[in-house]
Amino acid sequence: MRHAVAHTLAMKLLQAASDEVIKEAGQIVRCRVSLVLANDITAPLAIKSFRKMGAATVFDKTKVALVMDHFTPNKDIASAEQVRGVREFAQEQDILHYYEGGDCGVEHALLPELGLVGPGDVVVGADSHTCTYGGLCAFATGMGSTDIAGAMALGETWFKVPQTIYVQIDGELAPYVGAKDLILHTIGKTGVDGARYKALEFGGGTVAALSVEGRMTMANMAIEAGGKAGLFPADAKTLAYAKAHGHAATQEIWPDAGAPYDEIITIDAGSLSPQVACPHLPDNVRGVDELAAEHIVVNQSVIGSCTNGRIEDLREAAAILKGRKVKKTVRCVVLPATPNIWTQALREGLLETFMEAGCIVGPPTCGPCLGGHMGILAKGERAIATTNRNFKGRMGHLESEVYLSSPSLAAAAAVAGEIVHPASL
Amino acid sequence: MKLTGAAHLVGEHIDTDAIIPAPYLVTTDPAELGKHCMEGLEPGWNTRLAKGDFIVAGRNFGCGSSREHAPVAILGAGVSVVIAHSYARIFYRNSFNMGLPLLEVGDDISRIQDGDPLEVDIVTGQILNKRTGETITAQPVPPFMQEILNAGGLVNYVKQRLTA
Repeated sequence: MRHAVAHTLAMKLLQAASDEVIKEAGQIVRCRVSLVLANDITAPLAIKSFRKMGAATVFDKTKVALVMDHFTPNKDIASAEQVRGVREFAQEQDILHYYEGGDCGVEHALLPELGLVGPGDVVVGADSHTCTYGGLCAFATGMGSTDIAGAMALGETWFKVPQTIYVQIDGELAPYVGAKDLILHTIGKTGVDGARYKALEFGGGTVAALSVEGRMTMANMAIEAGGKAGLFPADAKTLAYAKAHGHAATQEIWPDAGAPYDEIITIDAGSLSPQVACPHLPDNVRGVDELAAEHIVVNQSVIGSCTNGRIEDLREAAAILKGRKVKKTVRCVVLPATPNIWTQALREGLLETFMEAGCIVGPPTCGPCLGGHMGILAKGERAIATTNRNFKGRMGHLESEVYLSSPSLAAAAAVAGEIVHPASL
Repeated sequence: MKLTGAAHLVGEHIDTDAIIPAPYLVTTDPAELGKHCMEGLEPGWNTRLAKGDFIVAGRNFGCGSSREHAPVAILGAGVSVVIAHSYARIFYRNSFNMGLPLLEVGDDISRIQDGDPLEVDIVTGQILNKRTGETITAQPVPPFMQEILNAGGLVNYVKQRLTA
């Protein structure tokens, strides 16, 4: 489709879902949504609002996903009660995509794997990391429960067309440097509110060379720069991923030439060392070499989450842990993000590697990332984690600390007992 | 409508884990959530509040998770209005949906100190600091958000659409 004005990826994706003509950033448009999602924490409030709205049925029972992933397997009676309420709603509404038991995984790893999100989709979720699907070239963004209730009832929502910051990344990555390092470095540059109300769009040779999973890792943390979305073009790789997972998309999607970018950031990926976000904000990013000199001792290492719980991440961690032992003073918790990833890791022998190294291998759950369960920190304890947030108290006690890194750094720290460059093991 | 109360200062980039830590997200009850408001910043923080007081914050207030429990906890704690330099996007949208008024004042936020007695008009966006006698004017609410407010919040807006 030709537009009167050149469109960024954000404008293009929203345009395809709207009857209004998108002319510029800042415009308010109504868009149809391809999928609406909520989890065990946010769905209860969404259902409450849905009832208050007087809505009788969801707009399309095949386009609502309810994924019970945060405090599951239910950590206490109160969480079990919340899940029960959502389960009853799902049964009443005959929701097709309700996940709770052995078919449940971390929502942003699970839904792409099931082909429920893909190129060209507009997805809204009552979870801030909904932006993950931007890695597949979906316009995907987090909202609160009541906005999600409105979308569940109407099948549409309103958006302010965002301005876009274009992030051009070129250069060949050094060993042990990957998607997580690229996004941490980007957030270090923008700051935690640098992309507030804006979309981030990624391009360049390094991005083209990344796997689709790696792109999802990067898109996942767009919110940590305050971003509304983190978008990647849909190239041949994206379409191959979509096809393999049963998504219908067949068209590549690229921004228009001359698209109006608010700002352009260029990153020389070749010069990057592994990156770590230090307490207590995701933009407090430093290179590992600098940190290693400070001998930062860790009590826990968490490998998993919607950011880094995919099979590639587990392979990366296993490559470090193979034939090595987790230090006695460290609890290394590995949480494959979906049942499929878990099974794949089993078949590849990765789980055996983790167990032999002395890791704890758990079920798919968000668990420790948000201080829910399965690895909570005591006062004064410190964790390195492949998760996405290191806010004060995020993983436990208010006086605990979280350092964010890639799977190889988290695995290396588990072995060394402190933050080190994996090459130094 | 003029609201009076005291200003309670918090810092920059106050995230929703600070506003309402995840362990308390096992309820949707405003009063229960209100008891733990700002507990991720400082345990017992909410005991300093008198009903109708104001939270006064720096940049990017409400960043992080999409939990709507954050504005619900603030309302449940008895806060009438939040005044900040700026807000994170999801929190901004959630607060309007939940009926928590937000005023955005940019750098003028530095004109308010902890404990200052304020008189706030949420319709005009005028904030009178009774300690200094200064008046700060907040940025106007975007017209579309105003429409949702006029409809009585998003719940009523959707209700009207469903019955139209």
